[in-house]
Amino acid sequence: MKSKEELISELGQKISAEILKQPEVEIGADEALISSGLIDSFSLVDLALIVEHLYGVRIEDYELNAETFDTLDQLAGMVIERGA
Amino acid sequence: MDNFSTRLLRLSQENPSKTILNVLQTGQDDIQLTYRDLVQGAGKYTAALVHQNIEPGEVVILILQQSVDLFLSYFGTILNGSVPSIMPFLTEKLLPEKYRKDLVSLIEITRPSAIITYKEFAGELEVIRQENSFIKTVLYVEDIRDLPEEQSIEYRGLQCKEENVVLLQHSSGTTGLQKGVALSHQAVFNQLDIYTQKLQINAQDVIVSWLPLYHDMGLIACFIMPVLYNIPLVIMSPFDWVRAPYRLFQAITGYKGTLCWLPNFAYNFCAQKIRPSDLEGVDLSSLRAVTNCSEPMRFASHQLFLDRFKPYGLRDTAIATCYAMAENVFAVTQDGIEKPVTYDEIDLEILQKDKLAQKASAGERSVIMVSAGKPLENTSVRIVDEQGNELPERHLGEIVLQSNCMLTGYYHREDATQKAMLAGWFKTGDLGYLADGELYISGRKKDLIIVGGKNVYPQDIESVVNEIEGVHPGRNVAFGVFNEERGTEEVIVIAELEPGYEDQSQPISGRIRQQVTQSTAVALRQVYLVNGFWLIKTSSGKIARAANKEKYLAELAQTK
Repeated sequence: MKSKEELISELGQKISAEILKQPEVEIGADEALISSGLIDSFSLVDLALIVEHLYGVRIEDYELNAETFDTLDQLAGMVIERGA
Repeated sequence: MDNFSTRLLRLSQENPSKTILNVLQTGQDDIQLTYRDLVQGAGKYTAALVHQNIEPGEVVILILQQSVDLFLSYFGTILNGSVPSIMPFLTEKLLPEKYRKDLVSLIEITRPSAIITYKEFAGELEVIRQENSFIKTVLYVEDIRDLPEEQSIEYRGLQCKEENVVLLQHSSGTTGLQKGVALSHQAVFNQLDIYTQKLQINAQDVIVSWLPLYHDMGLIACFIMPVLYNIPLVIMSPFDWVRAPYRLFQAITGYKGTLCWLPNFAYNFCAQKIRPSDLEGVDLSSLRAVTNCSEPMRFASHQLFLDRFKPYGLRDTAIATCYAMAENVFAVTQDGIEKPVTYDEIDLEILQKDKLAQKASAGERSVIMVSAGKPLENTSVRIVDEQGNELPERHLGEIVLQSNCMLTGYYHREDATQKAMLAGWFKTGDLGYLADGELYISGRKKDLIIVGGKNVYPQDIESVVNEIEGVHPGRNVAFGVFNEERGTEEVIVIAELEPGYEDQSQPISGRIRQQVTQSTAVALRQVYLVNGFWLIKTSSGKIARAANKEKYLAELAQTK
């Protein structure tokens, strides 16, 4: 099982490369993803698909909002909780 | 002739228990509203407006999520003879201060008598109300929802004259909110009488929509038309759809949807982002028209959509197209009803060089243009040159139009209304050509970016960038570049750095992205920071958007 740090780093790289299309961008573990608009609403589905593909964990549609998770740290926490 | 209120009440008397609205909810059962439910629920809002002395003809602003509350308050306002105007709901990305600024710019020009919203905004709106004495009241849906049904309401909307303004339509953003398209009862009926014929509406039709009501495609085609022409509507919130696009297809399956309107990007979005497991059991064979409208239409997007959804029963002939604008109520043209859409493969070089849409010969670089169809029977379309002279077929020029369903004017903006007209013709600001009587849209003359079907004014973005430390004041530009993969435009910002800030590109670019998103809800594709004197200005000293876009694309091509 991967550590939280590993998940944060892996997710951060995927988001930079596949959603932002700027692999050189480094996203901090506590940087706001959704509320800041870094991930726009059209890319929320991509984020869910990335997590599902990497870890087999499904994030439900109604969970794709800043109240459920807004940072890599929180997202990694969710993935661990759901048994990645 | 009918007005909105006489039509709604008659339909309700004739079909009281017919379900007209099916409202999809996340994690809950769908809500079904019959005509009787709609009128009774709307009546509570009418009564509340009467109690607060809101008169016919006065504007009521609705700040509500796409929900039953919005639908009922909309028609409640209409039944009072008042004029509803929907303010896009605050998204979680927007800064409240910026949203307040947009709201104030809407209010100052529109001068509403009432605002209907949620109690969570009470604090802010009370302040705004005190500062603007023309606002007589702020009504909260929480106080109205559970009121007992009113027995004797005077529906003053019944007395509205057909030439009276019935509603206002605004685009989002500061600039859009300052230009409200005012439409009369007559104009809307003139449009929809013809449009329903063009669509060959029949008793089996069911419209399925996720489109926001603050946009003409959502408001007119997917709300007003179904309710006033007795076509059942299945509706969900755009907020829910963007997170769960498959639910649209499940709704089409469950309700046997026949008609749907989508902006071009949604064809790509749906084709690319839905899990196969979410499409189990989906059957799209009931669909007879999925109309592409409100942003540049792409042949490739249609193909993507067909390839992905044909295995689910989607028919080739279901793809349809439309060119529309709020100023003509909605549709100017429509194509693809019970027939395939026309495509026109033209020579790209001749198009760019000579502004001529000439059929491509083999081997030449070509582009497949998507026909928007023939103009509606009540709408005349012309292509004109810079001087306003009519151009022959296949010549590229500005699209101008004339119809019996034009806007009354931009509300309280006589200046903008006059500027938009040319000897009785409305200047669309769009570029295109006619071929065999069908209209093809090739570009835009006006400074507007359309992102995911949503209008974005570059000046709104530029004014945000202008405030950021390290950016040379007055020396930045925003424009759209089409992204073929996403099927929509994306926004690029170019800004000149102030002397002394050249080594701070990274943090400045981060601040620009964040500020723009929080102020306009638009995510930037790229922030391109340059040193002084990069940007091209016009002879009058203004930043030339088109010229700078060309320069940017040329530099981009070189670095590739």
